[in-house]
Amino acid sequence: MIEVDCRGKPCPLPVIALAAAVSDLAVGDVVSVVADDPAAAVDVQAWCRMKAQEYVGADTAEDGTPRYVVRRVS
Amino acid sequence: MGSGASPAIYWDAASSEPLHPAARAAYLAALDQGYADPRRLHRAGRSARLLLDNARAALAEALEVRPDEVSFTASGTAAVHLGLLGLHRGARGGSIAHTAVEHSAVLHAVDWAGGGTALPVDAQGRVRIAPPPPGTSVLAVQSANHEVGTTQPVPDLAGVAGGVPLFVDACASAGRLPLPEGWAVAAASAHKWGGPAGVGVLLVRKGARWRHPFPVDERIDERVPGFENVPAALAAAAALQAVVAEREEVGARQHALIDRLRSGVSAMPDVDVVGDPTDRLPHLLTFSCLYVDGESLVTELDRLGFGVASGSACTASTLTPSHVLAAMGALTHGNVRVSLTRDTTAAEVDAFLDVLPGVVERLRAEVGH
Repeated sequence: MIEVDCRGKPCPLPVIALAAAVSDLAVGDVVSVVADDPAAAVDVQAWCRMKAQEYVGADTAEDGTPRYVVRRVS
Repeated sequence: MGSGASPAIYWDAASSEPLHPAARAAYLAALDQGYADPRRLHRAGRSARLLLDNARAALAEALEVRPDEVSFTASGTAAVHLGLLGLHRGARGGSIAHTAVEHSAVLHAVDWAGGGTALPVDAQGRVRIAPPPPGTSVLAVQSANHEVGTTQPVPDLAGVAGGVPLFVDACASAGRLPLPEGWAVAAASAHKWGGPAGVGVLLVRKGARWRHPFPVDERIDERVPGFENVPAALAAAAALQAVVAEREEVGARQHALIDRLRSGVSAMPDVDVVGDPTDRLPHLLTFSCLYVDGESLVTELDRLGFGVASGSACTASTLTPSHVLAAMGALTHGNVRVSLTRDTTAAEVDAFLDVLPGVVERLRAEVGH
């Protein structure tokens, strides 16, 4: 799985990085964004809703940083 | 405001409405006649007392409550703290339940009271009509949301509250919409309807089980200690009277202008328009633009002559985004809140819609999107 490292990056940079990563995916593939920006917890899901992509869920990277997983579905 | 020849249009009435001309006139007169201690029996004291009583009576009439239900506080926040904590204290046990989208003044009071239960809201920002959880002392629900404009179903919640008293923060709507039915205690703020800052209004329904949560004194109002700000109270009441008299006309005009704005903004690509399109405050619209930071958007719009607010937090100084937008699942970055003043025109709305797409496009290009 491709992982995009957005540690230390404020909003909207994690969502911009997510959008760029998803545009390179084949339909059905997933990408994860690692981001400590608190806005990312809301904005990754909002992006998926607005762009009709699937929000798979959240877990944490090895260092405890939140990680958000998204699947390209369209 | 920004430099250059652009007109300075102030669209942040939800933070503070410009002083109403009726308030200015009352304020100036009362500064000369209402300086004395309204408890004193001398002529100057009696004059101040008369002005204070007039202010209370006028405010009560405009809000359709009894004069003895009205107290003046030093701010809307003070009225919220006093109102909510006093109702909580009167309940003798249990904890506060509140919508997840209450103003931070409510949330801070809840924290101070030892914490409470946040009730989730839907995508429009509206709480579900349901009885409060068991063990609830007070149900805190705003009349309308200060960030997205959505009104809350206060009378319906009161109907299913099963005897739990409602605290209604009416700061965002007072003067613009009639007070909803069903509250035991409510709070409002004069500078949000065109009165001066420094005047909050605490409303305690006759018979409500409200107990003072803070120290008291032996002055005029048993609910609010301290020396009364008579001129500001009178100015607040004068503004409210004027605003309520103009409400139907101004509200309908603003409602239509926001519809026009909403429809224009909705046509832009990658914009999340937030809040209920119909059951809402008349003067307020919130939207979020993907891939843009809200602070840059506010700064750029200000440079072009439009003073707007933002619930985004993409700078180092404020890292936590708006809890209102987060609770709704709305996009939190690139956020703009527009709140019109009573004299906003259609031409101003159209001018905004002319410049906004270019601003957003430019900012997106700067971050390589």
